[in-house]
Amino acid sequence: MNEEAMDAVGDYKYGFHDPEHATIRFDKGLSEQVVRDISALKDEPEWMTELRVKAYKHFEERAMPDWGNCNLLESINFENVTYFLRSSDQTEKNWDDVPDDIKNTFDRLGIPEAEQKWLGGVTAQYESEAVYHSIREDLEEQGVIFLDMDTGLKTHPELVKKFFGTVVPHSDNKFSALNTAVWSGGSFIYVPKGVSVEMPVQAYFRINAKNMGQFERTLIIADEGSTIHYVEGCTAPSYSTDSLHSAVVELVAMEGAKIRYSTVQNWSNNVYNLVTKRAVAHKNATVEWVDGNIGSKLTMKYPSVLLKGEGAHAEVISVAYAGEGQHQDAGAKVHHLARNTTSNILSKSISKNGGRSSYRGMLQVMPKADSCRSKVVCDALILDENSRSDTYPTMEIGNSSADLEHEASVSKVSSDQLFYLMSRGFTEEAAMGLIVNGFFEPFTRELPMEYAVELNKLLELEMEGSIG
Amino acid sequence: MSEEMLRVENLHVSVDNTPILKGLNITINRGEIHAIMGRNGAGKSTLANVVMGHPAYEITSGEIYFHGQPLDELAVFERARAGMFLSFQYPAVIPGVQVGTFLKKSVASVRDEPPKGRAFRKELNEAMGKLEMDKSFLSRYVNDGFSGGEKKRLEILQMLLLKPKLALLDETDSGLDIDALRIVSKGINEIAPEAGCLIITHYQRLLDHVKPHYVHALIDGTIVKTGGPELALELEERGYDWLDAAA
Repeated sequence: MNEEAMDAVGDYKYGFHDPEHATIRFDKGLSEQVVRDISALKDEPEWMTELRVKAYKHFEERAMPDWGNCNLLESINFENVTYFLRSSDQTEKNWDDVPDDIKNTFDRLGIPEAEQKWLGGVTAQYESEAVYHSIREDLEEQGVIFLDMDTGLKTHPELVKKFFGTVVPHSDNKFSALNTAVWSGGSFIYVPKGVSVEMPVQAYFRINAKNMGQFERTLIIADEGSTIHYVEGCTAPSYSTDSLHSAVVELVAMEGAKIRYSTVQNWSNNVYNLVTKRAVAHKNATVEWVDGNIGSKLTMKYPSVLLKGEGAHAEVISVAYAGEGQHQDAGAKVHHLARNTTSNILSKSISKNGGRSSYRGMLQVMPKADSCRSKVVCDALILDENSRSDTYPTMEIGNSSADLEHEASVSKVSSDQLFYLMSRGFTEEAAMGLIVNGFFEPFTRELPMEYAVELNKLLELEMEGSIG
Repeated sequence: MSEEMLRVENLHVSVDNTPILKGLNITINRGEIHAIMGRNGAGKSTLANVVMGHPAYEITSGEIYFHGQPLDELAVFERARAGMFLSFQYPAVIPGVQVGTFLKKSVASVRDEPPKGRAFRKELNEAMGKLEMDKSFLSRYVNDGFSGGEKKRLEILQMLLLKPKLALLDETDSGLDIDALRIVSKGINEIAPEAGCLIITHYQRLLDHVKPHYVHALIDGTIVKTGGPELALELEERGYDWLDAAA
């Protein structure tokens, strides 16, 4: 089947698509039977099947969120989504064994090249499942488990059962229920005690088919004193009809562990990106979410950290770029449950060409959590009169010993900045690109260099041809 | 035969409908250093900004020529690429953009051939050496948290790298201590023989280091008196009141 893709919208260079590759494709629409069929196809243990069905029932009953962008949420037609599509019968360890079309896609996205240069492991998901997966031998020898979630459930059922759904229960929200019902793919990672994974491991998520629903499920467990950096990227073809991406990510950082989770989502502008990401940080653990939202039609995503153990630390750095027809409703949530816990939240957003970006944040300090510190900074840059930026911060402070800072700013590019740069030979577009890259710099400097360079180019491209 | 860099003819300029320049004339040839002195509000900075093409300034009549070409056809970045440079009185802060990145991109924009990695680094090191600038400058954000003196040094560094044919220096000396003044002057003297220079200043002290060929007194939007270096000394000593009658 060869669906018609729109020409890549604007400068979205990932908007190409391949002929659809389906070895198994479910009919559109969702029912308990679809949920059971997915589970049966994957030959899952009974507890997982039952959890899926329970989650499906909850999804059916659960109301849509009454905040964010209600109009867009209500316009999602769950009956017009393909919930499962298998494009390759197995997950390959060698790129040469991946079907040509799919391999070409990942070549164009630069994944095999990046893997050789700077990654400790790669998983590449295409539609519903991983088509490629590998991990460096030395990591495997140290006992690091890095698998796609389906394989993880097969080979480490006890570990999965112990943690799955403990950080994000299926009943958390409508979309976590949906994900729990129909999840497929995603990553499963376990880092043993004291092991430090120096090179980042990467997952790349690609939607290719039209009206596709992608529901990956990721679980990362960093045992005591271990560290891991996980990087994910996402793109899709530009179609005139919508696709749905609804992931759930659960992180568990045991005592003294450190997890950094970096995302650059660059979905095409027909993708609904409704994701629940949450972490638990035990005593003296650190969790860092580095979260970039450049693409999608509507994103609603608020990476969260539950600071459960004394001395735990959360860092959430996020950026959002909302261009024409986009709404980025993003932010962060940090819950200080234990004493001496600390958090930093930095959120930066850019709105342009009628785009809308919203910061939605929650900072909570529980009554028993003494001597907590938190700093929240939200900066918005609005590039024209038609664009919009909102801030919805919530603070629930139950302990008076908390030391809190909150700063928010909304700014425009000043004519003095533009004149200065133009007097140095920059065109107006190039000047805008430079200012925008500088604005996002606190985020990009946290990314692996290859990602940072790519993101800067992307933003410069976004500034082109847009100034009247 | 002298080579004309800048010719301003009977220039009238308004900002927010308020006339600032009222029939200003000046011609600057290659190798010439011109100093313009005047009180606050006389229109000195307006002249520099309007020549560079600041959009807030409206030319109501008159013409500006660069190398014999009327400037009104050129956008700001095209003026820079043609060889014009303005050292700002108040350079803009560009948060998050490192000086090193900015300089490289700027030089690449202005030159016909983009600078090559190693050759550019060498050139940059030399220029920074002349201005006694530490390498740590390169990783700081453009003018972000810079002292007045650091900002002016960065302006002069850019001027050395961009090698302009016409340099407009808007109160480059203000806020500089004596060492910084000496260093900045060194930069100006280096490019001066090959360029036309227009120095806007309140004070004579920069002119101790950079010898002007012509000094102009600007009063209420027009040049009322032109002389040699001795005029700068006279203006510093006597003020401007004695020239008011000429305006």
